[in-house]
Amino acid sequence: MATTASATGIGAPVRRKEDQRFITGKGQYTDDINRPGQTYAYFVRSPHAHANIKRIDTSAALKKPGCLAAFTGEDVARDKVGGLFCGWMITSKDGSPMKAGTHPVLALGKVRYVGDHVAMVVAETLAQAKDAAEAVSVDYEVLPAAADVATAQNPGQAQVQADAPGNTVYQWHLGDKAAVDSAFAGARHVTKIDLVNNRLIPNAIEPRAAIADYDSGTDSFTLHTTSQNPHVIRLALSAFIGIAPEHKLRVIAPDVGGGFGSKIFLYAEETACIWAAKKVGRPIKWTGERSEAFLADAHGRDHVTSAELAVDGSGQILAMRVKTKANLGAYLSTFASSVPTYLYAPLLSGQYNIPAIYCEVDGVYTNTAPVDAYRGAGRPEATFVVERLVEVAARQTGQDPAEFRRKNFIQSFPHQTPVIMMYDAGDYGACLDKALELADYRGFAARRATSENKGLKRGIGFSAYIEACGIAPSQAVGSLGAGVGLWESAEVRVNPTGSVEVLTGSHSHGQGHETTFAQLVSQRLGVPIEQVTVVHGDTDKVQFGMGTYGSRSGAVGMTAIYKAIDKVVVKARKVAGFVLEVPEETVAFNEGIFSSTATNKTLTFPEVALQAYIAHKFTGAQLEPGLKEGAFHDPTNFTFPSGVHICELEIDPETGKTRIDRWTAVDDFGTLINPMIVEGQVHGGVAQGVGQALLEGAHYDKKTGQLVTASFMDYAMPHADDLPSIQLAMSSTPCPSNPLGIKGCGEAGAIAAPAAVVNAITDALGHEDIAMPATPLAVWRAAQRSPARMAAE
Amino acid sequence: MFFRSKSQPEASASAQGLAGGLVRVAMTVNGKAVSADVEPRTLLVHYLREHLRLTGTHVGCDTSQCGACVIHLNGKAVKSCTTLAVSCEGASVTTIEGLAQGGKLHPMQEAFREHHGLQCGFCTPGMIMAAVDIANRKGTQLDEATIRHELEGNLCRCTGYHNIVAAVKAGAAAMGGMRQAAE
Repeated sequence: MATTASATGIGAPVRRKEDQRFITGKGQYTDDINRPGQTYAYFVRSPHAHANIKRIDTSAALKKPGCLAAFTGEDVARDKVGGLFCGWMITSKDGSPMKAGTHPVLALGKVRYVGDHVAMVVAETLAQAKDAAEAVSVDYEVLPAAADVATAQNPGQAQVQADAPGNTVYQWHLGDKAAVDSAFAGARHVTKIDLVNNRLIPNAIEPRAAIADYDSGTDSFTLHTTSQNPHVIRLALSAFIGIAPEHKLRVIAPDVGGGFGSKIFLYAEETACIWAAKKVGRPIKWTGERSEAFLADAHGRDHVTSAELAVDGSGQILAMRVKTKANLGAYLSTFASSVPTYLYAPLLSGQYNIPAIYCEVDGVYTNTAPVDAYRGAGRPEATFVVERLVEVAARQTGQDPAEFRRKNFIQSFPHQTPVIMMYDAGDYGACLDKALELADYRGFAARRATSENKGLKRGIGFSAYIEACGIAPSQAVGSLGAGVGLWESAEVRVNPTGSVEVLTGSHSHGQGHETTFAQLVSQRLGVPIEQVTVVHGDTDKVQFGMGTYGSRSGAVGMTAIYKAIDKVVVKARKVAGFVLEVPEETVAFNEGIFSSTATNKTLTFPEVALQAYIAHKFTGAQLEPGLKEGAFHDPTNFTFPSGVHICELEIDPETGKTRIDRWTAVDDFGTLINPMIVEGQVHGGVAQGVGQALLEGAHYDKKTGQLVTASFMDYAMPHADDLPSIQLAMSSTPCPSNPLGIKGCGEAGAIAAPAAVVNAITDALGHEDIAMPATPLAVWRAAQRSPARMAAE
Repeated sequence: MFFRSKSQPEASASAQGLAGGLVRVAMTVNGKAVSADVEPRTLLVHYLREHLRLTGTHVGCDTSQCGACVIHLNGKAVKSCTTLAVSCEGASVTTIEGLAQGGKLHPMQEAFREHHGLQCGFCTPGMIMAAVDIANRKGTQLDEATIRHELEGNLCRCTGYHNIVAAVKAGAAAMGGMRQAAE
């Protein structure tokens, strides 16, 4: 699709339509909304990682001022409200289904992590709810906890879920083991590394929140909630939890303050609120506190991996072997099972031609918060494995890391990897060339010498990432165990005066859809962008949708809009034919103007819209009045954004302080709708990736299972002065599987950054022995070690 | 039984008891005189959000770290999540809703939009209020290092701060330009 020079069309850095309300304090986030007569919920949470609940006594709480109700797991069970569930079935290598275990909305007889939901107290005010919650008495029998993924499967460890012996949820594999074994047997060189992909806490700045309302007059429920996918939440609450049929349940996700994956899932709090709203008979509001977000939002990453790369004498990669233990927490969250399996291993080929790959993954229960998708979801973990392996292999075989990558890049497309994926388009060498030039790679040696003169260690690190976005072809993911299809829907409603409302199943929580989707409509229909409104996030307005995650809103969501626009244009051309009194097939539509070779008269888009509604120029037998079309789009392939990020940094060996001196990124996202917004997505992704590499790490005490990093004072979030400015450039190969050529950009930075940082740190240190987060203490310790590289050891 | 039993005296200690403990507080918010009876433990942010329905000021944490709640108290940036409403008796408070004057956006608001200094928008009100304060304290010609250092009290999870830094720099410069023009 050709781009345009239009100031508001595809490719233009249009300033965002949604910003007016956000910069003036008029955004409407869930906690900003109030319902008449609302009450407030507060949750009693487990202080123990693992305990039997002997008894819960709510009588004292019920006597507290303003307290209206106190619910426990038994109350939920009595109403036969279904447990929370995981929507992706993983099959172990022995053919057995994963051991999903139990996931009650409120704990039943047992708590399994610190923060687990024990009781819900509802009161007139939030302060009263908190006071009453303190009066709930719980008699715990504390049990030993299995809080560490590396050891949770060992004999003698505490058993988290009775259904999963040895805390093993599944033992999954992908690839050809025999081919990999044989390639390794003949390899000239084998690089082996052990990695920990540190556990992260998503920390969207808006905490999760919900307002649940039951209307006895219509026997229907309304849930306002902080969700990335309100229709999926409605489906889950209806079909799996049994709250109400879908037509009696409205879910609204208004302005949502960031998600990064953590607001995809159906959680206990929102579920308990909607269930209890009918029992209490008044609206119930719950707003999570930051401490609750730390304890009970789904966490991300947490892999322990050993990986090997086989290389021949000429520096060609022959095979890769990976074994990973993935922490899934105490319960299986909504999509938890898929993240370390099908969102992970299929990306292990990276940008490289690797003939054989074999990956084994154990999904492991521990007495920690559930772990699920967090920005990138599996793909950052895969890229970290690939890019650390490749970097170390280049160093060990004495090759320039950039040239070693180039030598092994996939050159022709489509390319079938040995791990499911069929890459459709890319030019990895072009990204690398541009990145090397922008980063002034040639000047690095001189800069390193200058740093050395100041007593500083300078390093440079590469990360050539790939990701699979545009999630996802429904039939393909269904064959891999997904419980849902992953298409998207759109409806384009043209009003009689020619303004346009776009209803989309995508959901914006920072991505700027109100602007980018309007840019598409503006360009295709020739309508001023101010005349386009994007409606999302309300199940009563949008018929259905799968929501926003996995960089799917451009490639999948916008393609649905594109198809609906196609249908609008077909209908509008018919209308124009009647009005112009010419055969429909002679009518052309360009830049908002209908014209015909059979007449010199023309019509504007609003004129045709009006004629479609007043319906004076055609009969009901000839044409239906109105101008409104919908479309569902199911992609035929994933999309494959790729790029090269280069991190150059300086380490002060005296203090362990790492300063990123320059960050260069060249990304291939295919067609860009709004480059300003795309760049913003990369900035944010890099920040989260640098955060993982240098600062962030969720830490559970291995013995007690207490979350030690449970506040912003203990968990190091990236601040403005922790991060560099970022130099960005694009290198585009349009995606062939959607008409706009979009690949997606949401996760790229978070996927690329950790390996780039760690490769740079290890380059500076001269050895590979450092784990994320590379805090000043960790770097200082590492800097004290001999600078000899592993190859020399 | 999870409900309070009907026979129990409703709110024996609540409504009346609380009524006795309420404190009257009066202040000026966004140029308007306001007063209310509040519990002494009411935080300024909750007073603004719950009593005055000024929901532009946000709560993003419970440890005074994130800065989503920054407002101006007597012209200086403070975190309204760690300020008691009763301590603001007689004070002048400006929130994000009061920053634009006469329907015209403040230059810092304009700069955040122009430089794409926001994505989800949740941290934005606090960021903008903090940024205005930075320009007030540090001058309107700000370098990147100063801006990054001065933003230590505000967290953003979306933007990686790159465009926030650009917005603060441009917004501060525009504030300087306006002051010059006014002089």
